[in-house]
Amino acid sequence: MLELAIGIILGGCALGAGCAMIAGIGPGIGEGTAVAAACEAIGRQPECKGSVTTTMLMGCAVAETTGLYALVIAILLIFVAPGRFVNILLEAIG
Amino acid sequence: MTILLLILAILPIIAGIIIKVLFVPASEGIDITGAHVFFTIDLPMGGLPISEAQINSWLVILSLLFFCLFLTHGLKTTAMSKRQIVAEWIVQSVENLVKSNMGEFFMGFAPFIAAILGLSACSSLLTLVGLFPPTSDINIVGGWAILTFILITYYKMKAGPLIYIKSFGEPVPFLAPLNIISEVATPISMAFRHYGNVLSGSIISVLIGALLTTLSQLIFGNLPGILGDFPFLRIGLPAILSIYFDLFSGCLQAFIFSMLTMLYVAGGFPEDEYFRRKRLKQAKKKENMQVIENTNGGV
Repeated sequence: MLELAIGIILGGCALGAGCAMIAGIGPGIGEGTAVAAACEAIGRQPECKGSVTTTMLMGCAVAETTGLYALVIAILLIFVAPGRFVNILLEAIG
Repeated sequence: MTILLLILAILPIIAGIIIKVLFVPASEGIDITGAHVFFTIDLPMGGLPISEAQINSWLVILSLLFFCLFLTHGLKTTAMSKRQIVAEWIVQSVENLVKSNMGEFFMGFAPFIAAILGLSACSSLLTLVGLFPPTSDINIVGGWAILTFILITYYKMKAGPLIYIKSFGEPVPFLAPLNIISEVATPISMAFRHYGNVLSGSIISVLIGALLTTLSQLIFGNLPGILGDFPFLRIGLPAILSIYFDLFSGCLQAFIFSMLTMLYVAGGFPEDEYFRRKRLKQAKKKENMQVIENTNGGV
């Protein structure tokens, strides 16, 4: 029975980590839009390439934030959460 | 003297490698662990763990200190050495960056920005010599983010605390909770952005190394003797990824962190209000002086 419970915990953590990374879609679309707009701007005004690139990198970094939240949650779920949950389970059983 | 300072700048990195070889247990395969905790100092409010991340970040600070001394000792006005030109180029480019992003009022920020930029970039680049990068530990980056948060709040309060409190109810008063959340989210997102990028780079590097080991065992496993165990595919291929994950990403995150610090501090500062108050104060002072002069003249 204990094996089953631990198995459910591990499976739940892995599934949760996978689901969390669905958030990667958002930053992908956002950064793609940002880079597309930057390419357009450079095509129209090649002389301001430097400042457009800097601004684009900044915008990409800010758009990446939600994806990184998801990444941190996924890393916690894979590397930290299983041990903690199993400990809680073992303490509850006694 | 010059060579001595250069050796002193390299010495902390070598010390870090020696500490790692002597005290940190080697990790096997895809065993991804955080910073190794060397010892814990017992304090009244709980243990203070001294980990690899802290030691490495202090080593980077020492190394940067000696590198700056190496660049700037013996400055001359004529017949400059190459060191001095490099040092002047660094100072000038940072000052230009601060001036173009924050304006003349914040020129005093240039040393702080240069320090954050250099510390963050060099910490991330520690992966190149095989050490644990301090920036992939959230405690280190969180400390920097809290520092930035204190600076932002200080400059928002520059025109009086009342204006700072009033700014929370900006468009409509009932949005105040959302404004407070977004205020607190600034340092959290800055810390998570830097730490997540560096950590995900190192995790992907470890995973790809493990994948290439398995693949080369599958392909070359039948070769006799030691040739069968040697991971041939791990030669050279991970280095290409390392160019992006260690070199480009590390430097980019350092740049973004300092850039966001500049933008948030300069953006939160209520410029018009501050200068209006300053002018009022100066006008009052002048008036007082005139009154004193008039009374003196009357006597």
